[in-house]
Amino acid sequence: MSAIILLLGASLSVAVLFLGAFVWSVKHHQFDDGFSPPRRILFDEHHPDSDTPNHQN
Amino acid sequence: MATTTDKRITCDHCGEPCTVHPVKWGEKMFCCEGCRTVYQLLDRSGLCDYYQLNEKPGLSHANPSHREKFAFLDDVKMAAPFILFQDGQETHARWYLPQMHCSSCLYLLENLHRLNPGVITSRVDFAAKELTVLFDHHRISIRQVAELLTAAGYEPYVSLRDLGGAKPASSRNNIYRLGIAGFCFANIMLLSFPEYFGLGASEEGLRGVFRELNLALSLPVFFYSAQPFYRNAWSGIRNGFLNIDAPIVLAIVVTFARSVYEVVSGTGSGYFDSMTGIVFFMLAGRMLQDRTHQRLSFERDYRSYFPIAVSVLKEGKDISMALPEIQCGDTLLIHHGELIPADGILTRGQALIDYSFVTGESLPVPKEMGELVYAGGRQTGAAIEVLVVKEVAQSYLTQLWNRQEDKKVEHSFIHVLSRQFTFIVLAVAACAAVYWWAYDPARIANAVTAVLIVACPCALLLSSTFTNGNILRILGNNGLYLRNARVIENISTTTHIVFDKTGTLTLPGDHVLTYKGRPLEPTEQRAIAILAAQSTHPLSKSLAHHLDKAEPCRVLGFKETPGKGTEGWVDGTYVMIGSRRFVTESRAGTADTRVYVRLNEDYPGYFRYSSHYREGIARWMHVLRGQYSLSLLSGDNDRERSRLEGWMGEGSRIFFSQSPEDKEAYIRHLQRRGEKVMMVGDGLNDAGALRQSDTGIAVAEKGNSFTPASHAILDAAQIGRLPVFLRYCRMAGRIIIASFILSIVYNIIGLSFAVRGDLSPLIAAILMPSSSLSILLLTYGSATWAARRMGLAISTDEKNHARG
Repeated sequence: MSAIILLLGASLSVAVLFLGAFVWSVKHHQFDDGFSPPRRILFDEHHPDSDTPNHQN
Repeated sequence: MATTTDKRITCDHCGEPCTVHPVKWGEKMFCCEGCRTVYQLLDRSGLCDYYQLNEKPGLSHANPSHREKFAFLDDVKMAAPFILFQDGQETHARWYLPQMHCSSCLYLLENLHRLNPGVITSRVDFAAKELTVLFDHHRISIRQVAELLTAAGYEPYVSLRDLGGAKPASSRNNIYRLGIAGFCFANIMLLSFPEYFGLGASEEGLRGVFRELNLALSLPVFFYSAQPFYRNAWSGIRNGFLNIDAPIVLAIVVTFARSVYEVVSGTGSGYFDSMTGIVFFMLAGRMLQDRTHQRLSFERDYRSYFPIAVSVLKEGKDISMALPEIQCGDTLLIHHGELIPADGILTRGQALIDYSFVTGESLPVPKEMGELVYAGGRQTGAAIEVLVVKEVAQSYLTQLWNRQEDKKVEHSFIHVLSRQFTFIVLAVAACAAVYWWAYDPARIANAVTAVLIVACPCALLLSSTFTNGNILRILGNNGLYLRNARVIENISTTTHIVFDKTGTLTLPGDHVLTYKGRPLEPTEQRAIAILAAQSTHPLSKSLAHHLDKAEPCRVLGFKETPGKGTEGWVDGTYVMIGSRRFVTESRAGTADTRVYVRLNEDYPGYFRYSSHYREGIARWMHVLRGQYSLSLLSGDNDRERSRLEGWMGEGSRIFFSQSPEDKEAYIRHLQRRGEKVMMVGDGLNDAGALRQSDTGIAVAEKGNSFTPASHAILDAAQIGRLPVFLRYCRMAGRIIIASFILSIVYNIIGLSFAVRGDLSPLIAAILMPSSSLSILLLTYGSATWAARRMGLAISTDEKNHARG
């Protein structure tokens, strides 16, 4: 019986962890904009020293 | 025209055809100086990936705004609405950029720091079309940032509305509520299983633990997730009627109270899973229904159209002033393409005012000095000065918007039903109580609470929220954006459709030209086109576009008489184009719009302008004609009556020269005769009528164009599918009624257990989700099936596919 209670506690805390992750992701705008992030990652990084030295700053 | 399209050069920046004077720069061709400047700017900063990501992503830059437009941002007070945060070093500013449309825009806007080193970073919120710029205000001012964006082709949209306090913060509370309800519901469900499947007497202690855990898990749902229902129900009761949330709240409270009592007294396990399930499904349904088009604004008032600041002439100087501070007696400087913000008297310059947005008249109106000009007109041509005679808030246009709306009585099907529903449930509970009072008083409490628990209208409500949500989504994918679910019902009961002409049935700013007179030689056509290309008047512009023969050539002695015509020497030929009176000196007027031509001493003929109607009108008008009564109200004159009559059929009601008040009065007149009126319009001149009608549909040329307040926004390209949309909305009404009947059947089954007083938690736990889910599947499936059969796109991918 105590094993079940132990497992119950473990499973609930894992579930609470996921709930926390969900709340965190909503709070951090993860669901707000579905367009930009998948495209942003495809843009080439800009290396200021390679092509436009006068814009380094 | 069609034959020349394939060899026509298109601008390498924006993809618009270059008809007149293409601008060359290296290998590239541009339609105007503006586009070339943007290209140069990007080229210099190594941002030409912009052109690689999408084909011709640029925005036409043919109508640049005047240089002082963002001068108002130098004023700390007026810049404040755009600043999110500021410290000694840097400023965070946010703007709304409606032009943003593709990944190229994203690329460019997030690389602003390469255009100007003063910008530190910039971040796009694509869904909101907003850009947040973080910049060092010692190196670049907020005004310069706005001007940098303008130079790159993304002019921030600023309107008077931005001054009116903070925007409502987008609420994430509902997402949290849903997440927590889902979490608790799933866990309670799991923890209830052991009890449903039977626990031995030896596990008495374990049962207690499960029950207490369930009770603990239900608390956040009861006190946090269900809050919106309490609030809605309470506001309904305060206004003296029971809305659909009242029975839900009743069910939630009774279920919770009885469950707590059972657990505390140790008499049972309670109905926590049913209660949290109701809340979870209801929240999900609401969310689906409300989520749809939050980015579209259906609530625009005049402030969204008006600029935030105008140039005011004070003691010979031109200063930028906030619009609300304008007073009678101020002199405003209105540049080309700017809106006149207040009624006034023209004191300098030649006004040629485009009132199409206010009155529906499709051609600009010339005004002489000393004449009254009304707010809402847009100046075309050189700058003018206007002496303000009425403050902004008192102007004609503002009055149009501010007129009080008639309070409409709520007679939605669901509201009628909800009121009945509450009473029926209470009556059944009372009957059960009376019955058990007579036979077995110990079971009264049990039976009554069971009735209230099981008769929760959640299946009933879920069916409508999910069906509506799905229909809103499907219609949105097809270019019809509804404000809320009630509009579906209003559309399905429409009996009379009223159309506006200019901008709704016709393409705005586009004309069909027909030439009458002796045939013109190609060289003569060329000379006319060259002269016309020099003028800024819209008629000249479309004439040049029509002839499509313009090429760079000097015009000697070019002279433009605003509102009358243009003259000049082209290759030794004296060319004159303009009104009949200007060119031929005849005093006769013309009923339609014509541009007369004179070549040296010869008068070869004239071009007649007629509105360019959208394609396929005859076809879909014919379909509608069979099902609805139709009317047409136009602010324009009646030069095209016969053509419209041909489409709308004999005996259709067509009225011309209608003022905005006339339109509204006509709608009211129809409604008084018991008609359910749908108004389809576009401009500000239709604003009153759109609001008065049962369903006001605003036609928008592009996704980002601004429409007056309305119940729905229709993508202009999809107007031909109006009959299909109407049919689909009627179908939706039938689907909802069918699902209502089904949910009533489920309710009767549940009640039959409940009145007998033996509703076990297991039956409640099975009945509740299964009835809800089966209804969901049924309505969702049938709405999707109906859409498919009518040829509507179901998903966004299909939409893109269909549009090519």
